[in-house]
Amino acid sequence: MDWTALGLSLRLGLATVAILLPLAFLLARWLAYGRFKGRGFVEALVALPLILPPTVIGFYLLTAFGQQSPLGQFFQSLLGRPLAFSFEGLVLASVLVNLPFAVQPMQNALAAIPGNLRDAARCCGLAPLSVVRRIEFPLALPGIATAAVLTFAHTLGEFGVVLMVGGSIPGETRTIAIAIYDRVQAFDDRSAGVMALVLLVLSLVALGITNTLARRMARHD
Amino acid sequence: MTETPNVRAALLVRLRQSAPIPLDVEFAVPSGSITALFGPSGSGKTTVLRSIAGLYAPLEAEVVSAGERWTDSAAGYSLPTHRRRVGFVFQDYALFPHLTVREQIGLALGNRPAGARQARIDELLALARLDGLADRKPATLSGGQQQRVALARALARDPAVLLLDEPFASVDWALRDALRHELRSLQRALSLSVVIVTHDFEDVVKLATDLVMIDGGAVVAAGTVEALTASAALPGLAGHWEPAVALDAVVAAHDSRRQLTHLRARDLQLSVPTIEAPVAAVVRIRIAAREVILASQRPEGLSLHNVIQARVLRVEPASHPALRLVHLAVGDTPLLSLVTADAVQSLKLAADAPVLALVKAVSVEAFA
Repeated sequence: MDWTALGLSLRLGLATVAILLPLAFLLARWLAYGRFKGRGFVEALVALPLILPPTVIGFYLLTAFGQQSPLGQFFQSLLGRPLAFSFEGLVLASVLVNLPFAVQPMQNALAAIPGNLRDAARCCGLAPLSVVRRIEFPLALPGIATAAVLTFAHTLGEFGVVLMVGGSIPGETRTIAIAIYDRVQAFDDRSAGVMALVLLVLSLVALGITNTLARRMARHD
Repeated sequence: MTETPNVRAALLVRLRQSAPIPLDVEFAVPSGSITALFGPSGSGKTTVLRSIAGLYAPLEAEVVSAGERWTDSAAGYSLPTHRRRVGFVFQDYALFPHLTVREQIGLALGNRPAGARQARIDELLALARLDGLADRKPATLSGGQQQRVALARALARDPAVLLLDEPFASVDWALRDALRHELRSLQRALSLSVVIVTHDFEDVVKLATDLVMIDGGAVVAAGTVEALTASAALPGLAGHWEPAVALDAVVAAHDSRRQLTHLRARDLQLSVPTIEAPVAAVVRIRIAAREVILASQRPEGLSLHNVIQARVLRVEPASHPALRLVHLAVGDTPLLSLVTADAVQSLKLAADAPVLALVKAVSVEAFA
């Protein structure tokens, strides 16, 4: 059992959720309520990580993280080391890959709020930010919780993109999913089995909790 | 607006655009009035109401509330909805499903000290007869209770104007009169200025003081309910509206021995079967033109309580070629009578002719 890898995966999951959720909420809100041309294109862009092979995403990210790209140079000057094959690079990749898992549940939840509830809130004297805080946020909470858990669980399980942009550096980029792959390659089926089971149970528990929570939050009586 | 600002108007509205929803309306809402925006479905009434609240922005719009500019498209100005003192009761009430009745009302109260806040919430709960329901969520309330919550929430802001979108459309027919009565009492008690959108002319007759008729996004008639019903020139109502006058009357006295109530609508005095309203209360009455009989002499031996001295204003054709609509004045109070053309001949009814109007007590509909 590679505890370092498990710890790294959990850290990566939490960091991804913490960074992605606020950004995804803004994006989801824009997609749910905004009136603009090209919504279909933006939605397609957000959904892209769902269908692209992880190797394709990984390849583009690796290119973008490289010393030749402006993004790579920016982080190089910020961190003092390259973004590729670093924990920070993994977080950034994870945020991008998880975009659809975070945006879609929140967008659906926000779109499901009847428009006249938001109008009524404005007629009650609530400023736009208060409408978000007092009406939209609480009513979309089940969707937000779903987004958080999906993102977290999906980050724990992400393999292809992590391997492409992170490699398998212990304590830096070797997540539990990578560690399982390494153990299998080394014919250490016992360790691989234990870690696979841990990942399975963790994911199942997380999904179970959200589903229950989401149902409870969505009930208003 | 070109005319001098009317200081007594709670609201001045002027909206114009050709697409996507055609609008061409201009009207004033007198302070302390219940102004009905009446018209068929899809005539643009609700869009007008939303424009007043700032929830919709027509291309050309001017909305002034009690001297305060809310919308002025010419100057590119629009006060955000949350800063307009409006109360809006949505057709489906639009209650917040995650908040209790107390929280819904509290949300609309804005910032104020906790003590004053609770006191005001309790006051509004009592006003809307919601005592005992404060900690319930909307899903557990009946339709009528939900409507009262929506009303209490709309009143919480102490609105300069209360806007109601089809408030009785989703209420059981049998309950409507009671709810109209509640709304009217509340409006009088708080001296509210109310705009109500409706496609049910009963709301106009029983509730409204002023009427703006809208069709295809344009005003086709506007004025007081009394004047418009008395003129009998109500466009778009042919076949739906039987000529009648709708008047406000004061309860003058109750005659318990004869089980009658005496009403006074300005110069018109009427006796009607006892109604449940205290002396000095204002009630709305409707007298259908077909219920008013005309006579040249005072009749004897009839089961009649109301023999009224009136004067003919004019005689007009009616919906049927054999009938005439006679416009009468009792002092300065209007009355309509639907009679045959033959009767007009034999009674020699012409402008300024004196005539007696006979109205059975049971022919006067009174809405307390």
